[in-house]
Amino acid sequence: MTSEEDEVIRKRQRERARVTALLLGAFVVLLFFITIAKTRANW
Amino acid sequence: MPTLELTRPAALPADWRDFLALTKPRVMYLVVFTGLCGMLAAPTLPPLVLGFTAILCIALGAGACGALNQWYEVDVDAKMRRTAKRPLPDGRMDRQSALHFGVALGVFSVLLMGLASNWLAAALLAASILFYVFIYTVWLKPRTAQNIVIGGAAGAFPPLIGWAAATGSVATLPLLLFAIIFLWTPPHFWALSLFVRSDYANAGIPMLPVVAGVESTRRQILIYTLPMAVAAIAPWPLGLTGAVYGVCATVLSFVFLVLAARVAANRTSDPAQMHPEKHLFAFSVFYLFALFAVLVADRFIA
Repeated sequence: MTSEEDEVIRKRQRERARVTALLLGAFVVLLFFITIAKTRANW
Repeated sequence: MPTLELTRPAALPADWRDFLALTKPRVMYLVVFTGLCGMLAAPTLPPLVLGFTAILCIALGAGACGALNQWYEVDVDAKMRRTAKRPLPDGRMDRQSALHFGVALGVFSVLLMGLASNWLAAALLAASILFYVFIYTVWLKPRTAQNIVIGGAAGAFPPLIGWAAATGSVATLPLLLFAIIFLWTPPHFWALSLFVRSDYANAGIPMLPVVAGVESTRRQILIYTLPMAVAAIAPWPLGLTGAVYGVCATVLSFVFLVLAARVAANRTSDPAQMHPEKHLFAFSVFYLFALFAVLVADRFIA
């Protein structure tokens, strides 16, 4: 594998890691608001 | 941006955009919209964040269906011009990644729906995913020309799920909304399959124009449009909607019927000359959007 190919793979891995992190962050925020909404509904 | 050609494409991890493409986002709009309208037409509305989550779950469930459909049909997609550039047939992703992604997305969407909304909505979502994957994709689509007729039920679930997420129950109106999409699917897909029938024939998919011929398909389109129009107008005389919906549904269904009659009267077999079929296909998408939008408008006006 050439260094150019290696660089393409690393770039793609970095992008995927970034998107996964963003989605996980969004999921945590969503869970927080779901919990608040559910708690209020049970008051 | 120019892309680098690799000597071993299989070693390249799939791009995140390819995972997104696997979910068929362009098809998802209608699913999300009808699900949202089903929810908004309900007598009680859930808190905003829970409603948003329910719609998100419907979208994720539809994405799971798209991914699993593409995983299963990779050989068929490779033979069709319309689908040959999808991530799997184009070699941009390995099949196992698509399978894992589809299953994970489906399970996640059902669990999140159950936890955020209620388990009836989650069960309906699970049923729609399983129906689409096993009944439609695996069983019906490669075997029978009636694949779209029965398989259309999978796409008809969203308003039912949206309503169930809002109310925790199922009533007559969402069942009628289910019936509308169920009966709308054959004319919609058959209009498309008439002018791309060579693609389906090459791929060995027994769509109606391939199996029964063009003329028979045109007649079937007109025949199926009649019960669809009845189902679309029915909520009005049944007292489930107001006159705004009733009048708009009648006008829209009449236009649909006229376009279907033009298709039935068309005699050309050259796809390039199938203008009535293309008009009907385009209008059928608008029809469903408009019908459901008017349903929600009627609910808030009344």
